[in-house]
Formats: sequence, C-alpha cells, structure tokens
Amino acid sequence: MFPKPIENSSAGVRTGYQLILPVALFIWLLPLLAIFLTSIRPAADINAGNIFGIPSDFLMVENYLAVFQQSKAGMYLWNSVRITIPTVILTVGLSCLTGYALSVYRFKWAIPLFFIFVAGNFVPFQILMVPVRDLSVNTGLYDTVTGLVLFHAAFQLGFCTLFMRNFIKALPYELIESARIDGVGEFKIFWHLVLPLVKPAIAALSVLIFTFIWNDFFWATVLIQGDHALPITAGVRALNGQFVSQWHLVSAASLLAAVPPVVMFFAMQKHFIAGLTLGATKG
Amino acid sequence: MSSTGSAATALTDSSGPPPGDRSWLYRNRIKLAPWLFLLPGLIFFFIYVIAPIFQSIWISFYAWDGLGEKEWVGMANYVELMDDDRFYTSLINNVWWLVLYMLAVPAGLAIALFLNQTVTGIRLYKSLFFFPFVISQVVVGLIFSWFYNPDFGIVGIIWGFFGAQPPAILADEDLVTFGIIAAGLWPQIAYCMILYLTGLNNVSPDQVEAGRLDNAKGWKMLWYVILPQLKPATFIAVVVTVIGALRSFDLIAIMTAGGPYGSSNVLAYYMFETALSEYGFRMGYGSAIATVLFLIMLVYISFFLWRMYQDERG
Repeated sequence: MFPKPIENSSAGVRTGYQLILPVALFIWLLPLLAIFLTSIRPAADINAGNIFGIPSDFLMVENYLAVFQQSKAGMYLWNSVRITIPTVILTVGLSCLTGYALSVYRFKWAIPLFFIFVAGNFVPFQILMVPVRDLSVNTGLYDTVTGLVLFHAAFQLGFCTLFMRNFIKALPYELIESARIDGVGEFKIFWHLVLPLVKPAIAALSVLIFTFIWNDFFWATVLIQGDHALPITAGVRALNGQFVSQWHLVSAASLLAAVPPVVMFFAMQKHFIAGLTLGATKG
Repeated sequence: MSSTGSAATALTDSSGPPPGDRSWLYRNRIKLAPWLFLLPGLIFFFIYVIAPIFQSIWISFYAWDGLGEKEWVGMANYVELMDDDRFYTSLINNVWWLVLYMLAVPAGLAIALFLNQTVTGIRLYKSLFFFPFVISQVVVGLIFSWFYNPDFGIVGIIWGFFGAQPPAILADEDLVTFGIIAAGLWPQIAYCMILYLTGLNNVSPDQVEAGRLDNAKGWKMLWYVILPQLKPATFIAVVVTVIGALRSFDLIAIMTAGGPYGSSNVLAYYMFETALSEYGFRMGYGSAIATVLFLIMLVYISFFLWRMYQDERG
C-alpha cells in the first residue's frame, strides 16, 4: 500500500491526518456549501452583503417552493426524467446486442466495427450538430423528447459498446463454446447464458449513462426549443435569466438539478465507479 | 430485438438434418448471427454518428443558412477561417484549455494519494471528494460565475481582505479564459482522483514491500515503483482530460457566452455561435470550424485506437 499506511505512524501524525481530512473536504466543497447556504437564505441577506455567513433566517422550504411556484422547474425536471430513462433503456439494451456480437464472434469485421464505435464515442459534438439538427427538423423530431432520446441513445452506443464488448470478452469463452456443442441456439446463448452474467455491466452503464444524459446541456440547446421538452440543465439557464439577481432562487434551482445524479451516485456508487474507471484497472 | 432473436434461433435450432447439411448450417449461423445482433445498433449509430461526420465535412464546402439552397463555395469557408481573428482567439484558447486542463491529472493523483488510507469514514470522504464530477457543468458554471462576482463573490471577499480592488475576472479579456478553466478543473480533478484511487487499490503490495526493502521512500518510491503500476490509470486520465478540454462548451455557454468580445471563445462554442445563434445561421462556415476541431480530436482518437490495437494483439 502506498503511501505508507497512517496507522503505522506516530499518534501525532494520525491525529493530524484526522484533523486535516475534514478541513480539506470543507475547502474542496466550499462552492457547494456556499450555494446551499444561499439557497436557504432570505433575499434580504444577499442584498445586505451576508453571502457566506450564517443565514439570518432559514427559508429552505419557502425558497424551494418558490422555485416551483414561480417557474417551470417542475416541468423541466419531469422532462429530464422523460429524456433520461428511455435513453438509458434503449442504449444499454442495444449495446448488450452489439457488445455480444463484437466479443463472441470471430469475424473479419469485428475489430474494425468495434473501433468505429469507439472512435465515434470520442468525436466532438459540433461535427454532428448541423446534420443531426437538420435530420431532426426533416423528420419532425426537432423540439421533441423523442428526437433527443433517439440521438442520445445512438451517440452513447459508442461508449456502451466499448464497455459491454470488453466486459463480455472477459467472460470465460468455454461457457459459450460448450453451450454451442450442446446445440443451444445463438440467441438462447445470449439470452439465457450471457445476459445474466453481464448484469453488473448493465448496472454500471445504467448509472453512468443516466448521469451523462441528465447533465447534458449541449444537445438540449441544439435540439430543443420550447419549455414543453426542455430538460432541467437548459431550464436552469432559462431560470437564471428569469430570476435575475435573485441568487437564492437560482441556487435552489441549481441544487434541484443536481439532486438526481447525486442520489444515483450514492445509491449505486460501486457500479458507478466500475463504469467510470473502465480499463484503468487492467494490469 | 425479439425479431432478431427469433431469426437467430430459427437459424440455429436445427436438430436432425443430415450431417453434411448440418455443417453448412453451422458455418453459416456463426457467420450470420453477429450481423443480426449488430444490425439495430449499427444502423442507429450510422445514421446519427457516422454519416453526420461526413455530411458536416461536405457542408463545410457550401454556404448555407440551414433552410434555403446550399451554394457550393469550395474552400472559401476555410480561406475565410485563415483570416478570422475570432477563430485564432478560439484556437489559442483551446490550446490553453488543453495545457492547463492537464493539471487535473497530477492534482487528481495528489488527492488520491492523500486519501489512500484506511481510517474510519474514509469511504465517505472519497465519495464526497468525487462529488463535483457528478454535478452538471451548468451548475458548476453558475456556482463559479457567482464566486467570481467582484461585488459579492468569494473572490471579492478575498481581495477585499487584502485591501485590494477585486478584478472582474469574467469581464476581463485577459483573465476570463483562466477563470473558466479553473471552474472546469474542479470536476475534472475529481474524475482523475477516482481513476487513481482505483488504480492505487490494485498496486501490488509485494512490489511496494520490495521497494521498501531497497530503501525506496517518498518521491523515489512514487516515481519508480508506484507510477509504473498506475500507467493504465494515467492513460485513461489523460484521454478523458483531453476529450474534456476539447469538448468544453457548457461552462463557456453559462459563464460568458464566449465574451467579453469573443475573448473566452473556444472552437466548440465559436462553431455553435456561428451556426446557431443571433449572429446568423452560417451552417457552412460553422461546419468548417467543426471540421478543424474534428481533425484536432482525430489525432487523439488515432492515438487511443492505436493503443487499443496494441492491446488487442498483445
């Protein structure tokens, strides 16, 4: 273990470490603490210059309620759900198929196709922007939740295929081999044998894609115009314009936007990190 | 999904035919099955990702407002780019992003080393340190623009403490890009940290012990024993940081919209601005900018694929 385990050090060093930890964390998360404190203060505090001190009054319920009453934050949040959940299902489902095809079968195109998926995952969004927007306009999918979901699912397929393919590749190939010898059909092998084994990969991808899509701002700006389909990230920017210098409300809305991915992360931390550190653990 | 499935099963559930027939079917089911599994995803990916790349490059040779007729202009968009000051500003800012964003890698490593202990509650500390990465960049951008506000932001307070006049970071042409990069580093450091924490988990204790016996300590141990073992983590950290730097869009859109006077623009935002904003719908010109950005990214993509290819063979 590196660095030297602290429990082998003197008592002084140990106490010092225990003391530094919370201080370091406090500084690291200071931006978040500040925005949280602001979201529960009365507007008068901010005008009086009390930005980082203790709020003169705790208005948590009032401020957060005001965000919902005075803006369309509720609708934006619901739109985010309507965009994120179907995308996760669609893209993770499809990547099980592509990942399986590219890992289990040895055919000439397996590596080139795999590399195309990987490369596509890295391209800058802007190179896709004009044609994708054009395609959406022409097919009537512009400014609809469906249009955004279809694009997101297609784009995330690059990353998901990379992940799935490597995951399935690491499974013992003899399992599939022996099932084939027993005469089990290819789809049955996929459905009954491989799919139950890739459950951890499905979980990891689901939380990760959930966070990516929930936090997407660029494509929401490009493909959505109206409030009826605007997700919360783009909505927060709209609110920022609406609540000019009402920082307590802007802060509350921002934190609301951050809650679902944060909850997701804490609930499924192990899977989340497994997804994120893909390849990093390979010796 | 199910239609693909039944097709694949129909192809393969062949019990009983004569031996010769069976071997023909066997060969062909193995050939056909991968394509049936691939088809839905491949079509989807082709329509929304692969084809648009080539369409964009194609559009970059046209003048087009997005609605009317496209007009072929050949290289004119690229020639115009070479004389465009805003393009050069964006390009230089992109270089700053790339260079300074790299600080996230050593900073992430430093925090990971700091947290790589087994005291009570350390798991919670690790998660909380990772926090900034989970939050949307829109929110990060809002938090920092508020921090940078000279009247009531934390920057104003710190400067005021020293009795100095606080700078308006986001309104200062020379400082603005660095202010935004600093905001972007916050979540990026968290990302690199988690990569290294996982990497440190897999460092072989035997080698560390052997190093200790050889009297390797501190920096020497880190450099000669630990870092070589963290190579995979470093590789991924560099890749995601480069991609993150070149994709920087959200923070700029939220914090400055490229201002003041285009001084905080990067290619990703400048492209968006030319193609889709109040400055007019110049899709052809925007596509030319996107193509340049794509070519820069292609260097890294090729590098990544080459590394992967080595792994696949090895």
